[in-house]
Amino acid sequence: MEAELSFWAFSSQIVLPRLWEGMLVTLKLTFLSAFFGLIIGMFLALLRLSGIRVLRYISIAYITLFRGTPLLLQILFIYFALPTILGSYNIDMVIDAFPAGVIALSLNAAAYLAEIYRAGILSIHKGQREAARALGLSRAQTMIKIIIPQTYRRIIPPIVNELSALTKETSLVSVISLGELLYTTQRVGAKYLRIWEVYIWAGLGYLIIVFCLSSIAMKLEKRLETKGGV
Amino acid sequence: MSIVLEIKNLNKSFGENEVLKDISTDIKKGEVVVVIGPSGSGKSTFLRCLNFLETPSRGKIIFNGVKHTSSDSEYNLNLYRSKIGMVFQSFNLFPHLTVLENITLAPTLIYKTKKEEAETNAKKLLEKVGLGEKSKAYPISLSGGQQQRVAIARALAMNPEVMLFDEATSALDPELVGEVLKVMKDLAESGMTMIIVTHEMNFAREVADRVIFMDKGFIVEQGTPEQIFLNPKEKRTIDFLKKL
Repeated sequence: MEAELSFWAFSSQIVLPRLWEGMLVTLKLTFLSAFFGLIIGMFLALLRLSGIRVLRYISIAYITLFRGTPLLLQILFIYFALPTILGSYNIDMVIDAFPAGVIALSLNAAAYLAEIYRAGILSIHKGQREAARALGLSRAQTMIKIIIPQTYRRIIPPIVNELSALTKETSLVSVISLGELLYTTQRVGAKYLRIWEVYIWAGLGYLIIVFCLSSIAMKLEKRLETKGGV
Repeated sequence: MSIVLEIKNLNKSFGENEVLKDISTDIKKGEVVVVIGPSGSGKSTFLRCLNFLETPSRGKIIFNGVKHTSSDSEYNLNLYRSKIGMVFQSFNLFPHLTVLENITLAPTLIYKTKKEEAETNAKKLLEKVGLGEKSKAYPISLSGGQQQRVAIARALAMNPEVMLFDEATSALDPELVGEVLKVMKDLAESGMTMIIVTHEMNFAREVADRVIFMDKGFIVEQGTPEQIFLNPKEKRTIDFLKKL
């Protein structure tokens, strides 16, 4: 029987190469879901603040639904239940695990991000809107040129919160057998029966992503600080 | 003199509370109208209804012969607002933009003025309000009086036909009031049509062509500064002036 590899040898020869592949999937999941989530969330926030009641209610309903049910359920629903439902209407659709994960994570994050944007927009003094409108700017111009740019610095901290949560929530997609970081970790750990030596690397992987995210955010905040203090 | 603004039966209620009651008056081109009255008399609401920042409950405003009401399209109201400048008590400069950008934003967005042209014009306006050297500064680094002068330049950049001043000096430290009043006085002398809500009675006496005294949502009395300040007819006007 061959001698058991040391921790460092086991890590560098077996664990890290496989976990790296999982890490790449996790990075892609995080990046794409953050991207779509940030866009959909802004859209939802604007709907929620619109003067048209129907649009407002649509946004409220959406946010209630996605904040009120578990993300795990949403992932399972999109992957397993949605194709069945569409199938009963004779629409043939198979969703792969990766797009299903991106859809579920984006839609879920959008609900939280929408409320962050809305809080940011509502925090701007109403005199700003009045001054812009008094100059003749339209509602849309006022929002895009005056209100939203002033929210950036205020919403960076809560957005980093949400995106950190999102990074870690990508691990839930392991339930539909997508080979992201946690799923890969479980497989390697089970195969070699060396649990902590694998899991510790996975933990470090998530930590690094969140750390990079916070560092970028801090740089961004610093840069905005020099622009009139808002 | 031709009439720029005809204000007809302007009413404004907040719920049960009637703030403006049937205000009608004409503003002539080049006229400087000062509105005075106790707080809560509706003078600020009156001013804010004139450019539809506050939606009048009833009534219309005829600007150069064109009728405007609360039911006007968004587009028409924006167009109208761009011709009516407004200066606020709390300045409301855009803190994320430099002084120059504050002034050039609206002309480039709305009139599609070229950037260089808008900047040249903005610099001229800054010279006019005595802040030629501040174009690259952000509002946060300016004093209240400087901010308010930039706000005046910002409004002037749209070439307005009427300027509204809503207690433009009320938020300023006493020693900074003078510099803003001077800019307003220069503007009045240059022939700008102005409607000014203020508590500065000496200033009102000096620059006004007409003084309107408002109380409880009504125009109680109006006339030349001499008539209102030296010979008020209504008891409420007399009581108000006595308290000053």
